[in-house]
Amino acid sequence: MAHGTAAVAKVDSPRSPYVRRKTTRGNYELYSWVFMRASGVVLLVLIFGHLFVNLMVGDGVHAIDFGFVAGKWSNPMWQVWDLLMLWLAMIHGTNGVRTIINDYATRDLTRGILKGLLLLAFTVVVVLGTLVIFTFDPCPPDAPAELLASFCTA
Amino acid sequence: MTATLEAAAPSPAGEIPSFTVTLRIRRFNPEVSEEATWEDFTVEAHGTDRILDALHKIKWDEDGSLTFRRSCAHGVCGSDAMRINGRNRLACKTLLKDVNPDKPITVEPIKGLPVVKDLVVDMEPFFASYREIMPFLITSGNEPSKERYQSPEDRAKFDDTTKCILCAACTSSCPVFWTDGQYFGPAAIVNAHRFIFDSRDEGGSQRLEILNDKEGVWRCRTTFNCTEACPRGIEVTKAIQEVKRAMITRAF
Repeated sequence: MAHGTAAVAKVDSPRSPYVRRKTTRGNYELYSWVFMRASGVVLLVLIFGHLFVNLMVGDGVHAIDFGFVAGKWSNPMWQVWDLLMLWLAMIHGTNGVRTIINDYATRDLTRGILKGLLLLAFTVVVVLGTLVIFTFDPCPPDAPAELLASFCTA
Repeated sequence: MTATLEAAAPSPAGEIPSFTVTLRIRRFNPEVSEEATWEDFTVEAHGTDRILDALHKIKWDEDGSLTFRRSCAHGVCGSDAMRINGRNRLACKTLLKDVNPDKPITVEPIKGLPVVKDLVVDMEPFFASYREIMPFLITSGNEPSKERYQSPEDRAKFDDTTKCILCAACTSSCPVFWTDGQYFGPAAIVNAHRFIFDSRDEGGSQRLEILNDKEGVWRCRTTFNCTEACPRGIEVTKAIQEVKRAMITRAF
């Protein structure tokens, strides 16, 4: 019945007491949970469709150049496809990172700063991406003709 | 037949093998130090002994200041949930021989709740969440003059979640609960499930409303820590998912 009193290692200090701060009822988290599942399924189709058309059809990956992208974005179907992919992927990813921040940040200030940065990144990418998809000029003047899509010279 | 019973020596055949085991216990006493430390105790134990028996030996024979909760000591009252070798278990249901007594066995208070002393934690935040989901039968109308009947099929819907003993092993094993303790926790949801799916109860939608909180069921990440920790074998994660499904079918 030996009795060892050696303190083996120091451990972090015990938690201070806490209570649930306030009730935050509402359907927000419910809709966000459903959105993650629904957008995930749609993104599977969009992304694999995108990869298939860009990398597998015709010359595959070797066909990608400025003219290829310009040709795709002059078609409203691909504009909508890419826009949907951009928005769904950004909202899906941002919402995912938001839940990770909620799970791992223990202090309100850290949580606030991280979420602020996340929102900033989200806004920049979505605004920039949307702008590019809609204001893209497939036939910029004084560009070498061999780089442009075939319909530019016509 | 000659009476030779007196002469026969006690046979060692029925004897239970004994061994020495080291318990590495996380001690904390705020009156002495703000720091918690590990302390080793070595005791003689039998093959049939549980962690709780070893803790009793330490408290009764070696260090009376060792503090822990236990009441029934048989896995029903839910007082002695603790973190044994890194997993939440009931000290009274865990045999020493099942947690590798060759190495020191670590015993810590359950995580995420404020430690009062040694292995005793403040259960108040845990019970506060439990009270919030209204763990009692809610009905309307007049008091019935006979029993409230229920078919075996209806009873089976929530049978699993009636087993909860409120030991907090599940809630204190949940990584989401560890973050800031704002999450309702598996135990509160399990006990809400017990009434939400009870055909005699009429408070289901109120309870769903309460758990449809930012800190409610939607914080569950289905890591299954709670299901693994439950000493009663309740399928906790499944119960939480059933509550989620009930909310979604209600909303759409």
